[in-house]
Amino acid sequence: MTATIEKSDVTKRLRAVGAAREFGILIALLLVIIAATIANPNFLFSTDGWRDLLLTPSILVLLAVGQAIVIITRNVDLSVGSVLGLSAYLCGRLFIDLEGIPIIAVFVIVIIFGGLLGLVNGALVAFAKVPSLVITLGTLYAYRGINVLWTGGDRINASDLPRDFLALGTGQILFIPILTIIALVVLAVAGWLMKNTRGGREFYAIGSDPSAAELYGLRVTRRLLTAFVLSGALAGLGGVLYAARYGTISSQAGSGWELDAVGAAVIGGVAIFGGSGTVWGAAIGAVLLLTINRALPILGIPDFWQRAVVGALIIGAIVLDRVLAIRQKRKLLEAREEGE
Amino acid sequence: MQTDIPPAAAPPMLELSRVVKSFGAVVALRSGSLRMQSGSIHALIGENGAGKSTLVKIVAGLYRRDAGEFRLNGEEVDFTSTAQSKAAGIAVIYQEPTLFPDLSVTENVFMGRQPVGRFGRIDRKAMRREVESLFQRLGVRIDPDRPAEGLSIADQQVIEIAKAVSLDARVLIMDEPTAALSGVEVDRLFAIARSLRDEGRALLFISHRFDEVFDLCDTVTVMRDGSYIATTPIAETTADELVRQMVGRDVTDLFPKIEAEIGEPLLEVEGLSSAGVFHDISFTVRAGEIVGLAGLVGAGRSEVARAVFGVDGYDSGSVALEGRPVKKGDPARAMLQGIALVPEDRRKQGLVLESSVARNITLAIRNQLAKAGIITSGFENRAAKVWASRLEVKTNALSTVAATLSGGNQQKVVLGKWLATEPRVLIVDEPTRGIDVGTKAEVHRLLSELAGRGIGILMISSELPEVLGMADRVLVMREGRITAEIDRADATSENVMFAATHAQGAHS
Repeated sequence: MTATIEKSDVTKRLRAVGAAREFGILIALLLVIIAATIANPNFLFSTDGWRDLLLTPSILVLLAVGQAIVIITRNVDLSVGSVLGLSAYLCGRLFIDLEGIPIIAVFVIVIIFGGLLGLVNGALVAFAKVPSLVITLGTLYAYRGINVLWTGGDRINASDLPRDFLALGTGQILFIPILTIIALVVLAVAGWLMKNTRGGREFYAIGSDPSAAELYGLRVTRRLLTAFVLSGALAGLGGVLYAARYGTISSQAGSGWELDAVGAAVIGGVAIFGGSGTVWGAAIGAVLLLTINRALPILGIPDFWQRAVVGALIIGAIVLDRVLAIRQKRKLLEAREEGE
Repeated sequence: MQTDIPPAAAPPMLELSRVVKSFGAVVALRSGSLRMQSGSIHALIGENGAGKSTLVKIVAGLYRRDAGEFRLNGEEVDFTSTAQSKAAGIAVIYQEPTLFPDLSVTENVFMGRQPVGRFGRIDRKAMRREVESLFQRLGVRIDPDRPAEGLSIADQQVIEIAKAVSLDARVLIMDEPTAALSGVEVDRLFAIARSLRDEGRALLFISHRFDEVFDLCDTVTVMRDGSYIATTPIAETTADELVRQMVGRDVTDLFPKIEAEIGEPLLEVEGLSSAGVFHDISFTVRAGEIVGLAGLVGAGRSEVARAVFGVDGYDSGSVALEGRPVKKGDPARAMLQGIALVPEDRRKQGLVLESSVARNITLAIRNQLAKAGIITSGFENRAAKVWASRLEVKTNALSTVAATLSGGNQQKVVLGKWLATEPRVLIVDEPTRGIDVGTKAEVHRLLSELAGRGIGILMISSELPEVLGMADRVLVMREGRITAEIDRADATSENVMFAATHAQGAHS
């Protein structure tokens, strides 16, 4: 009996496969960028091209990170698009109704607001024990309805917002858009927390086997609430950034983004049944999703096919994950039989 | 039956007294009592359904008792969650391991209480070190970095034990921990259990194996039909005495086996394999024969049944009914050919709970009943009536919703549904699980009658007395393989249990 237990071959191989999943998406992203750049060098090598490449996915990255956390717990948050819209409108109203309000205060208020909307989702899921798919589908419409009621036919224009605030949406630090920096900071923090803290690991545990989580005495309710609050708060932050970037906020802001967020997470290797995947994967998935959208017209692919490509990407990712999961299970079982 | 435990000299570590728990109309625990002392290994024995697991789940904080007392170190406690029970120093190792398949072995051991450093950062190195020393103490060699998915039941069980040991629990409850362990692993576990006892902890050991109970434990409590029967120092009792207390009735009355004439082979299964699930399964069921399929939970018995019936696929091998091949993965075809499967979980797999008794009984023959594609309640009721009365389903009306019936009557409805298809071979998976004693006997009589009429029956059962009492031939499975085939005359609890728990050939 030696002191250390050697890593088995199977484990080594599995580690490699796990890392390869995110690496694969990254490669796909690079290929898309290279292809589009060859077709039109301005895609990457121009001030606008470079800026768009980084800026376009930044807000979706936030939503994808929140979505990934929720999906890892074996739930889903379909309300994020509506939360983003409502948050963006609240952000605009704060600037209009409370003239001279500090920008930082708006950030804090709107993020808390988004978190509260997420708390409503979480509470309904955790206490009423209704599947999150149904709950958040409900709040998707409910939050949007409140938005329409509040906004009416009105909309907020860039001229209503402070110039300093709008500068955030377009500003850069060392050639990197401020929005992208915010997204990267959020991503890095979320990635670290998910990997290195008890709370983060418990999200994975709950998604991996909810009933085992109960038996372990994990605080499942609290964790679920946290996941939904995080998702809501990130959508709230997304709302502020949306206002800063686009300046124009109607009652339909962020409509349909929830599906992009789910798609990004799935493409990035977050298992739809929870328990595995990373926020990094989801973020790369978000960048890939939006970059493809911009690259396809440059590559001369007709409008009609662009949506189909995104669909194929999502289905492909799910099939790939299933195949990998089945292969992993077989390998583990075979290894066990060899060992006997 | 209101017996109490005689008072003891030392104050108990954990004490349950006349605890009651029921689920709707079903009383799982009538009067459960248990008194555990520190520095002692206590055995809890009883047949399946005696209420042991319910008792354990109350201690674990999974269930809340309806009545009775529960004291820990003399203080009244009432756990509403497993976290509370854990915090009070109680660790439970369940019969069916509860690991997170996606997470590593190390994470599984420490989930929820990982060592943390600055900023709440999990100290992976410390965790890894601790798991290695734990595994060394337990003498196991499992790669701590591999995912829990795909581990054998024995390894999963070992991880559960490591978890409990690392928890430093004062009360350690093991629900059949040795069921899937090899001889060496059992010895190792017992050595650990004894050292934990010597440290002054209280251990509860639930087992069906008397030799282990006598080897390891110092006190034994027997339960039967949800009630406490007796607590005795192990030195003052014998295996025979314990069996008498456990059974409390004459076994032969319970299993009215009618001798049937055994005829031609009906179901022939040849070399059936499914990677990681079962291997090289071959057996025959003849007309009029009841073949018992025994083994522990997780041995792959239900999976074989599902594959034969076509619910799941398989990698190689063949199934034939009366000489004609049964198509793989096509339950509808299997039904037409004359196979019926009464599944393990009648509430989930056997019944449409919201539907009426009549509709449930006629579900499998709805196509034959329909005239021009339309089924009326009249057709349903007429067809259902025949079976409901033949099986003596106790219900006021055929329109009663299946969910409201008792477990036994529900099982009769499921049986009726399949008998209506007039099968040649009937596969029953745990036919009497969770059914009261009276109805149990009725189900047994029914199965026996069916065999008498020339139907071949494959009966999966975890209850040894049922297998021994009913089966003409006993097949035993262990970890996906058939390890023994024993004739009725030769079958004993010992040889069946041995085949179910010990590897044959290479190891023994």
